[in-house]
Amino acid sequence: MSETNEPEILFGIYCPPHPQPLLSPDASEGYGKLRAAFEECRKRIEESEADIILVYSTTWPSIIGHQIQALENAVWTHVDDDFHYLGSMPYDFHMDTEFAHAMKDNCEKRGLEARTVEYEGFPIDTGSVVALQLLNPDNRIPACILSSNMYANRSETIVLGKAARDTLAQQGKKAVVVVVSSLSNRMFTEHIDPKEDRIHSQKDDDWNRKILEFFDDGRLEDLSQLSRDIHGQIRVQKVVAYKPAWWLAATMGQHNNYHGEVLAYEALHGSGGAVITLAPSTGSVGDKEFDEDDVEFYRGDRNVLDKGMLE
Amino acid sequence: MTKGQIVAGCLAPHPPHLVYADNPPQNEAYSEGGWETLRWGYQRLARKLKDIDYDAIVIFTPHWQTYIGTHFLGLPEFSSKSVDPVFPNLFRYNYDLKVDVELSEAMRDAASQEGIITKMMRNPHFRVDYGTITSCHLLNPEWDKPIVTISSNRNTHYYSPEVMIEQATALGRACAKAIEESGKRVVLVASHSLSHRHFVEEAPLPEDMSKEHIYNHSQYVWDMKIVEMMRQGKSREVIDIMPEFTEQTIAETEGGGLIWMLGAMGFPDFPAEIYGYQSVIGTGNVIACWDPNDDTREYVL
Repeated sequence: MSETNEPEILFGIYCPPHPQPLLSPDASEGYGKLRAAFEECRKRIEESEADIILVYSTTWPSIIGHQIQALENAVWTHVDDDFHYLGSMPYDFHMDTEFAHAMKDNCEKRGLEARTVEYEGFPIDTGSVVALQLLNPDNRIPACILSSNMYANRSETIVLGKAARDTLAQQGKKAVVVVVSSLSNRMFTEHIDPKEDRIHSQKDDDWNRKILEFFDDGRLEDLSQLSRDIHGQIRVQKVVAYKPAWWLAATMGQHNNYHGEVLAYEALHGSGGAVITLAPSTGSVGDKEFDEDDVEFYRGDRNVLDKGMLE
Repeated sequence: MTKGQIVAGCLAPHPPHLVYADNPPQNEAYSEGGWETLRWGYQRLARKLKDIDYDAIVIFTPHWQTYIGTHFLGLPEFSSKSVDPVFPNLFRYNYDLKVDVELSEAMRDAASQEGIITKMMRNPHFRVDYGTITSCHLLNPEWDKPIVTISSNRNTHYYSPEVMIEQATALGRACAKAIEESGKRVVLVASHSLSHRHFVEEAPLPEDMSKEHIYNHSQYVWDMKIVEMMRQGKSREVIDIMPEFTEQTIAETEGGGLIWMLGAMGFPDFPAEIYGYQSVIGTGNVIACWDPNDDTREYVL
């Protein structure tokens, strides 16, 4: 398969990382709706002809470049740091090792630092475990998980998405791509009755609903371009940037030609949890034009601090 | 009952590189060494702790990150394999440790009484974080003392460094009260680095010391400022300057460990013992000990 071929991405899924839809779907009506939305996605994946599920997880931070899960059979029992009292999450995942290694090579070709991880007992993160358990419970389709580098910003994340496109095209694999991320991510800092769960603030809820409008209209590139605003407005500043839309757009295609569907939007301990699908479509919508350069190759820091100094 | 007491407070950074470099039988990875300045410092501090009579280690770790209050380990034993999610090539450590649940519950109760949101962690499948494993291994390689791990409630991210100082100080006070009432002799451990900007690339041989240096000079200058204040017994001033230090150096003090420990010890005005400073993949790490006993306190470095 030629590297210049376009990849065949069947559809994308945006879903939350919290364990409630997996471990306690009956604890509140909202968790149940999120669970039902995950199940709808599972059905759609089963009915698709996907060869791989490619996951980008915001709850797997990395430091040494971009890490790619490559252990063919990843088996462990995971427990969440905060929600350990909800129960354990045993998993037994089948990874696409061939894809993982090619992904690493393609990252490097585009200037990224990257490495595969293939270690028994490697701690797969809560978000990836929840997504893969609910979307692919029988391991019918092999998966691959990508980390989210904690120092990476826009250009690096976009190039990571393009490396994923390269790899899918190269291997001729039909993919479902999954982003694991909250919308607003501020949780309540005390224990709550799940039945009384709600979005942490009106502002978070307003922004979440605006983002959902964009998703519903299929305006993925518009969301990608709004990422810095989203980060400033509704994200707890744990990392340098809100990156999921950058990666999803760069992987699926940087435009607004999608059919978006918001399957559920509910609070998860105060954060915004949404299950959304995006399928390639025609008929672009949107009214934005952008001035941030697209980027094909990552060249690292620009060392601006060392330039322009008086001798 | 005799009053319990804090017999030492240790600032004990947890780069997994140090365990990797030591080649203990519990770790699967093999190295040719490296980071001796820190490892030898740890060995000397571990020898000192051997001469101190104590019942338990209480460790505050930034790698058990909780957003809904402060959590405490609440089962008597944990046995599993800890694989570092960031450096799995270096750290795959098989551990088998004991927890002082009685002390853990007492600290949790005292913290709750102070209005701090708390939770006991009683899931037997829970994997103890690699910060706890690394610091405890280096301070007590025999693992012959029970531990208590306290999570890092992410107040700096959620609110501000100033809120973290208030919350972690209150938690420290509560833990000190529980320790006093327990009648136990306890070593406190704050498990973290100082400046905390990493290189995002790793040398082909991670222990190649010709590649190791601090991320930039600014980080180094800040670290030295903090170390000098520790030497001078200015622990209160260290906390006062911490918001700026944390912001300027992306310091791991943001997790609250050092604040908690110094708060529990009443912000000591005696000098800290310094056992070593070195960078690990660009981050700044100091090993320090606050020994409240005037007779055993040393001038180490």
